[in-house]
Amino acid sequence: MLGKTAGSLFWMARYLERSENNARLIDAGFRIALTRSSTAAAEWKSVLVTAGVNQAFQAAHGDYSSARVIDFLLRDPANPSSIMSVIRQARDNARTARTALTRETWEAVNTSWMTLVALLKRPVREDDLPDVLTTIRQQSAHVRGALNGTMLRNDGYHFALLGTFLERADNTARILDVKYYLLLPSVAHIGSSIDNVQWETILRSVSAHRAYRWLYGAEISALKIAEFLILYRQMPRSLAFCGERMEDHLAQLQRHYGEETEAWRLAHALAHETLAGPIQSIFDGGLHQYVTGFLRANAALARQIERDYRFVE
Amino acid sequence: MLRSRAADDGMLRGKGRRISFFDEMTSQEGGTRSPYREYCGWFEAEDAARIQRKAQQAEALFRTTGITFNVYGAADGDERLIPFDVVPRIISASEWRRLSRGIEQRVRALNAFLHDIYHRQEILRAGRVPVELIAGNEAFLPMMMGLDPPGGIYTHISGTDIVRTGADEFYVLEDNARTPSGVSYMLENRETMLQMFPELFAKVPVREVSDYPINLLKSLAACAPPACGGTPTVAVLTPGIHNSAYYEHSFLADHMGAELVEGHDLRVIDGRVAMRTTQGYKAIDVIYRRVDDDFLDPLNFRPDSLLGVPGIWDVYRAGRITIANAPGTGIADDKALYSYMPDIIEFYTGEKALLPNVPTWRCSDPEHLREVLDRLPELVVKEVHGSGGYGMLVGPAASKKEIAAFRAKLEANPGNYIAQPTLSLSTVPIFTKKGLAPRHVDLRPFVLMSPQGITITPGGLTRVAMTKGSLVVNSSQGGGTKDTWVLED
Repeated sequence: MLGKTAGSLFWMARYLERSENNARLIDAGFRIALTRSSTAAAEWKSVLVTAGVNQAFQAAHGDYSSARVIDFLLRDPANPSSIMSVIRQARDNARTARTALTRETWEAVNTSWMTLVALLKRPVREDDLPDVLTTIRQQSAHVRGALNGTMLRNDGYHFALLGTFLERADNTARILDVKYYLLLPSVAHIGSSIDNVQWETILRSVSAHRAYRWLYGAEISALKIAEFLILYRQMPRSLAFCGERMEDHLAQLQRHYGEETEAWRLAHALAHETLAGPIQSIFDGGLHQYVTGFLRANAALARQIERDYRFVE
Repeated sequence: MLRSRAADDGMLRGKGRRISFFDEMTSQEGGTRSPYREYCGWFEAEDAARIQRKAQQAEALFRTTGITFNVYGAADGDERLIPFDVVPRIISASEWRRLSRGIEQRVRALNAFLHDIYHRQEILRAGRVPVELIAGNEAFLPMMMGLDPPGGIYTHISGTDIVRTGADEFYVLEDNARTPSGVSYMLENRETMLQMFPELFAKVPVREVSDYPINLLKSLAACAPPACGGTPTVAVLTPGIHNSAYYEHSFLADHMGAELVEGHDLRVIDGRVAMRTTQGYKAIDVIYRRVDDDFLDPLNFRPDSLLGVPGIWDVYRAGRITIANAPGTGIADDKALYSYMPDIIEFYTGEKALLPNVPTWRCSDPEHLREVLDRLPELVVKEVHGSGGYGMLVGPAASKKEIAAFRAKLEANPGNYIAQPTLSLSTVPIFTKKGLAPRHVDLRPFVLMSPQGITITPGGLTRVAMTKGSLVVNSSQGGGTKDTWVLED
């Protein structure tokens, strides 16, 4: 397989994952903006910071009105992380890697793009937003279904899945990075409860508020939330789950090519050292430092994959 | 030859008025011509609303498949679709036999001509083609002199544009030996028809086209250079996803099981052209390039080109890679040279041309120019190096002002133009809301050439002018396409 094709599959999957994550972030932010107008601006700001586009937003708009933030995150061509920009880049990468995709997968990506072009032609009214966000998530599920259901389990498949989990880990870690301060006081003062709405927002932005309740019942504790998002291996958006998947896909690539790579060693260390736990020791060392360290390691892994598999010259 | 008033034709099933064009479905007397008999039987029994629905489905199918053109600079979602018409164009077995013999003769002659002008230039010595036409031609590549492309093949892939003006009148309108496009439309059109009207193919014996990609692969592999050991590695070179024919490039690579490469994937290593794979560089034996000569090698051609491969020319000269089509082949597309094709065919094959040329005035010749200027409103005038229907004048369809403006251009630079009579292109009906309506068509059969022989896919791409009365079938000018059926014997 061409290095460029591998890179395009990796990035196609990253962008698809990013569009889904951003849809979730908008959904969670919108809920707060509706129910707690006093904290809406702060919440939108944290959504923008999580998506990595706060500076760009401020430069262009300034104040955090819901309508402006939503439009910026959904449609703005000047925002490289807007859902429209991200889907376009996913499709461009899919076109570049067209010969490595099944017809079903390509058509799913192309249909997603066509659907969103039509859906996001004009600014989305607030009462239409939930429907639009649902459609975005459904399109993403459609692509994932085509990919899982039709692609050969060869190198191309592993590159696409690596992109998915790398982007997802990055997203979950960023949510933690932006919200860690909410989790801290309750650990320091055992017994004091954290803001219910806030912790629910965190879980909502990874589509896991129900899963959490099934797992931990009514106990709302910062330690448990952090453990759930960082270390819980059954939770498909936790860092540990993503780390394990990345290690596995890199191990399969090593077998496929019969060649050991530095990328696999980095992923192995990430899965077995960084993500080993227990949660208390992560808090003891400082949650913020931990998350920042994870984001750095994750980015280094992305660069190493790119080098080892010659995505670019 | 009829001199038509191009705008003057109407509905096929209209008021029994005079039809001045040859219609391929309905004869002058009003009966159905034999190749269309079974189809028409089916069509008449069909519900028009059902066909209308199918036609809409076809458009959706083309969009999801991504058979679209990007229009440069246009907003998201403004990708254009080439209109597809659901009524097939049908050619009988005997008509096709005649056409394919003529095409084969022509392509053979072109390949021999290219070999000759890049070697001994006997045709120039014999005075059958003027020296200026070669020497002063931008598409002539002096670097190809004396060079022997692997297998002796220049025109691995070509497309011969053919028009019809009567029951037995076919003309070659143009030769496309540079990088003919459209073959993916030929294949997808058939695929779409099979999906929409499977029952039709049980009724009418239509020859297959789907083996084109496999024939292309075999044909390219048969031209591998001597440096290749074992199974040749074939790759398709594309300018990238923003090229308007990118869909076709990816389609062909995908269906051949060949890598689709861009210039930045390639590099010259140890005297071979190699592509960057996930496991390092791997040598390529045959490259089917869909970039022009000028962009092939920034070291040897245009230095600003980012589309090609620095040093590929030296590898080619050393006989260590096959480039298809060979560099310098574009001269065969030259429209001034076209007028000499009957001589060229006779010179190399010793036979008369089986398919006639359209009579052509070369405006570089003062006598020809005078006649062209006199008769401008009735002629078609084309740029010698033009393509895609740009920069041409269709006299009968042009306004007085347009003709006057073109006259000025023609007088300023006559050598840049040729002129031809306005042909009364045959019509084939398209499906409209009001029923069947005749529209003008042409045909581009696709021809593969290797040392093992010539393969012509039965049929080819039928392009159709979707606008009533229009004679311009180019997709850049709003033309559409049809599935083309060649019937089994």
